[in-house]
Amino acid sequence: MANQTTAKSKAAEPAQPVSTMSVIAPALGWLIPGAGHMIQKRWIRGVLLLVSIGTLFVLGLMMQGHIYKANGGDILDILGFIGDLGAGGLYITTLTMNWGQGAIAFAIADYGTKFMIVAGLLNFIAVADAYHIAIGKKQ
Amino acid sequence: MTVHLTHFSAAFVFALFASIVFGITHRETTRDMVRYGLYCFAMFMGGVLLAGWAMWLIRR
Repeated sequence: MANQTTAKSKAAEPAQPVSTMSVIAPALGWLIPGAGHMIQKRWIRGVLLLVSIGTLFVLGLMMQGHIYKANGGDILDILGFIGDLGAGGLYITTLTMNWGQGAIAFAIADYGTKFMIVAGLLNFIAVADAYHIAIGKKQ
Repeated sequence: MTVHLTHFSAAFVFALFASIVFGITHRETTRDMVRYGLYCFAMFMGGVLLAGWAMWLIRR
């Protein structure tokens, strides 16, 4: 019964073609927020994503937020790292410049940390959206 | 350079940008994107105001 259901759902969903764009758009979108949309000529969406995600991340840094590095310690630190990693080029630049390394000394700095994590997570959603556009699942 | 936002302005900025991304990524047409973005923003800010008043009442 379960096998029949699986077989039916596989038959109903045609395999998505793997195009160059379906690889490049998400990769570029991860590196530069919004670029995955811009390369597919969704200029306004791309610029809005770049401004939104970029501003959240930079504001987080300017609020003295903490940036997480790769670690195998506390589960919250690992999740923080995964969130930060989503920001792609912004995260790499921040690490390279050694920014965001201060201790969280006040409440707003903690907000800044969350701003950067959420910016990364929002970029993951934007990357998935760029992929869906590339494979023709979305306009 | 350090930015000091108030709790409310931090929540406002967060709600604004998160709503823009949600609107763009969760809907198909431009009209639906704008509507969903506005809906998310209203929900974020409504939640902030509601939680704020709830904490004020608890504190009294």
